[in-house]
Amino acid sequence: MEYFLQQLINGLTLGSIYGLIAIGYTMVYGIIGMINFAHGDIYMIGAFICVITFTILGVVGITWVPLALLIVLIVSVMFTAAYGWAVERIAYRPLRGSFRLAPLISAIGMSIFLQNYVQIAQGARVKPLPPLIQGGVVLMESANGFAVRFSYIQMIAIAVTVILMIGLTYTITRTPLGRSQRACEQDRFMAALLGVNVDRTISLTFVMGAVLAAVAGVMVSLYYGVIDFFIGFLAGLKAFTAAVLGGIGSMPGAMLGGVIIGLIEAFWSAYFSIEYKDVAVFGILVLVLIFLPTGILGRPEVEKV
Amino acid sequence: MSASATTATSPRAGLDIPALLKDAALTAFVALILAIPLVGFETFDKSGSTSLGLRTRWGAVAIGVVAVFFGRLVMQVWRQTMLSAQPGQVPLWDRVAGSVPKVKLPFGPFLIVFAILVPILWSGNAYVIDIGITVLIYVMLGWGLNVVVGLAGLLDLGYVAFYAVGAYSYALLYHHFGLTFWECLPLAGLFAATFGVILGFPVLRLRGDYLAIVTLGFGEIIRVVLINWSDFTGGPNGIASIPRPSFFGMPFQAAAPEGKSTFASFFGLEFSPIHRVIFLYYVILALAMLTNIVTLRLRKLPIGRAWEALREDEIACRSLGINPTNTKMTAFAIGASLGGFAGAFFATRQGFISPESFTFIESAIILAIVVLGGMGSQLGVALAALALVVLPELGREFAQYRMLIFGAVMVVIMVWRPNGLLSSREPSIKLNPGKGG
Amino acid sequence: MSKRPLLTVDHLTMRFGGLTAIDDLSFTAMDGEITAIIGPNGAGKTTVFNCITGFYKPTIGRIALTHKDGREHLLERMDGFRIAQIAGVGRTFQNIRLFGSMTVLENLMVAQHNPLMRASGYTFLGLIGLPSFGRAEREAVDFARYWLDQTKLTDKADWPAGSLPYGDQRRLEIARAMCTRPVVLCLDEPAAGLNPRESADLNTLLLNIRDEQKIGLLLIEHDMSVVMKISDHVVVLEYGRKISDGTPEEVRHDPNVIRAYLGEEDVDELPPEIVADLKEEGIV
Repeated sequence: MEYFLQQLINGLTLGSIYGLIAIGYTMVYGIIGMINFAHGDIYMIGAFICVITFTILGVVGITWVPLALLIVLIVSVMFTAAYGWAVERIAYRPLRGSFRLAPLISAIGMSIFLQNYVQIAQGARVKPLPPLIQGGVVLMESANGFAVRFSYIQMIAIAVTVILMIGLTYTITRTPLGRSQRACEQDRFMAALLGVNVDRTISLTFVMGAVLAAVAGVMVSLYYGVIDFFIGFLAGLKAFTAAVLGGIGSMPGAMLGGVIIGLIEAFWSAYFSIEYKDVAVFGILVLVLIFLPTGILGRPEVEKV
Repeated sequence: MSASATTATSPRAGLDIPALLKDAALTAFVALILAIPLVGFETFDKSGSTSLGLRTRWGAVAIGVVAVFFGRLVMQVWRQTMLSAQPGQVPLWDRVAGSVPKVKLPFGPFLIVFAILVPILWSGNAYVIDIGITVLIYVMLGWGLNVVVGLAGLLDLGYVAFYAVGAYSYALLYHHFGLTFWECLPLAGLFAATFGVILGFPVLRLRGDYLAIVTLGFGEIIRVVLINWSDFTGGPNGIASIPRPSFFGMPFQAAAPEGKSTFASFFGLEFSPIHRVIFLYYVILALAMLTNIVTLRLRKLPIGRAWEALREDEIACRSLGINPTNTKMTAFAIGASLGGFAGAFFATRQGFISPESFTFIESAIILAIVVLGGMGSQLGVALAALALVVLPELGREFAQYRMLIFGAVMVVIMVWRPNGLLSSREPSIKLNPGKGG
Repeated sequence: MSKRPLLTVDHLTMRFGGLTAIDDLSFTAMDGEITAIIGPNGAGKTTVFNCITGFYKPTIGRIALTHKDGREHLLERMDGFRIAQIAGVGRTFQNIRLFGSMTVLENLMVAQHNPLMRASGYTFLGLIGLPSFGRAEREAVDFARYWLDQTKLTDKADWPAGSLPYGDQRRLEIARAMCTRPVVLCLDEPAAGLNPRESADLNTLLLNIRDEQKIGLLLIEHDMSVVMKISDHVVVLEYGRKISDGTPEEVRHDPNVIRAYLGEEDVDELPPEIVADLKEEGIV
């Protein structure tokens, strides 16, 4: 029971991180109908900027954790957003209306480019981050001494995710930007005729996705304490699985899918085998695509003939 | 007369220098923002400390930003003078490019003759022939993937999985059943095709972009299984001492086993290890040429036309009674089996295989070859494979930046010439063969 | 020759979520006749086509196709591609769907995919280059040439289909559908976007197909001059329901039809020049 509870907490933390990345996939898919293959690498860049900023702060001498954390979050989010914007501008915008595979191939090229760019710029070795936020709350302790710990960093990750979800829902449903996004999602051409700045809306969608990915990157760096240039690949795949599981195009779906994937990964590692946790996740992706192609919260697609 | 004079000069006259400079400056500014965190600062491991060290590289940032400024400037000028034109005028670049195919050099046959002559031209230079083998492996993989991506329009990001299946098929069949390379070669293709069908059956009904992700996941699954199923696959250590192929039962060894003759003794040659390298070279050349012939032939068969039609419009195909799933499956299985053949050859050439050889990067390289070569173009794929393998050999500097450049070039080609550099489609059948289209 | 029912649609209903696109529609199309389905925009005409050709699975209803030899195919149970392959339903699309980068001839060869696949021994024998496949391919080219001649596209056979003018593309789509040797040909607005001359040529082509191939044609059309000139039988839909069914002459004078097209007001209240226009178009 205690063990189960611990895995539940671990799974939820992991799941909220996947969920944050998954939203980026789902938003971009919703608005331009393509898989932003480089999104996992945007998240990786967010994590790297986090580690670099922390190191700079250490050199400068800012060591008070809440302040450092705030600065790191802001710096990471801003620069990562610039990357997200630039990727769309360089690799995707010129391809609107090109043949079907072109944006996907361009995205893969971008993903390979970003991975190698970071590898060359920062080195191939893993980057350690000293544990900044230590400690936590012991929720319960079993007779044999197994303690269920809810660490502070886990709390922060889940709390930040919840806050961002609320902010995002507000943005989408209540602001002019959200309205433009929903309009572009329905019919980009018509939206343009009605005066929506489609290019700007799409750019901002990428920026929003990158912001969430940057937050996820910061959380992951703090949670695991090590990152490398390749983390975006697997995390991106899993987040994409989460987006498909939740129903691609649906934002609550992406979050839900992320949590489910996080839980599955945590429980699979705990009860079955840690080596095959990634296999389990991909197995789920395939099963979902076969039996529930629209996902849990997705809308069914009617084929236009 | 005066009209033609104005149109000839107008593109250049239309250059708005201040606007161009502003545009380049803006781009350089964005580059500066992007470069500050990741290029400007470098973290490194400090010995004897858990925290990272920090170095700044403002020189590199400055160089990068200046390069972006001038790069953007040149690109925009190029675009406005070469790629755009007044209404009714053909852009300069298209006029230049349009004149190239008219020359009609027999480039393909020339390349084949050259490939055959390589071991003779560089006889004694095992290094060159060895690179030749690597090039040909990638040519074969590129042609194999071209069936899937170029002809059928299915984006397969886990092609390396089939390559791995082929390699492990041979290694395991040898270790468990003692089968030789020549016995395993068809089996490796068969196994890879079976994997292709098993994977393709559930996902080929889905939209194309889902297929890309599922194949990517499949590539990872195969690698994870290879690493973790140690009893069967040897785990991360891989499988060693895989035997080399024999020449009609005659091994390439210094001394023959009891009652047999070696290749060298049979032909009365003095033993030399290069015989084996040359032999391997011709084996892969033959396999690659077989792939080429099969692909060219398939294109002219109903199945090949159905692949191309599916790539263009699946709904129309269904209205013509074409079974989309089965048709895609054949492309997938044929592509997979070609990957399997190449994998078996890879195993016998290396003598040792491990999961390290079958990472996503490998899939990405093969895809890059297909994309750069121009999807569907056999010659383009061969040239792209040659470039991607030989260029890194020319210098370590280049090798380090190889994947960075691949990625960038993939983006640039998609943006600039999505159909590839050499792509011009030749009809599979003509009503009036005499006339040119 | 007495007419034989070819396609029987019984109680067809199609719902998308809460929207009922077709509501309890029944009609019969005869063999060797041109049956037109007309109706205002959004009446559900294309949805009927998509149900018949298997792109949608009807919510309720039965669609039976009877071949000349008496075999009956229940289309609502078949996969989309099998309806074309086995039942013999050919179709064209409202928004032309050609294989644009393939040549005109290649488009027609793709349409003969199934017989050619058999002839190539499902690729294996074709790969070796068996002479029987070469023969089958030549026959397929001859058949394609016949339809190229019929649609006046022979000179452009080696052009990429996407580079043809619009009217040629429309005719090529018909030729392509005919190359599947259908027993019924479904045409979704074949005259849309054609100029009067092309439209007249199309009428001739469709009548020829009816009379020479002796197959049934099903036609969705907005252009009343086409409908009234060539149809043998007209079915009128409005809001997914059938409001009239009969010969063009009968339908033209059906008050229900006039109301559907002109609204509730009496035709006599319209300005005389509009009524004259409508008469010319064949609506009233």
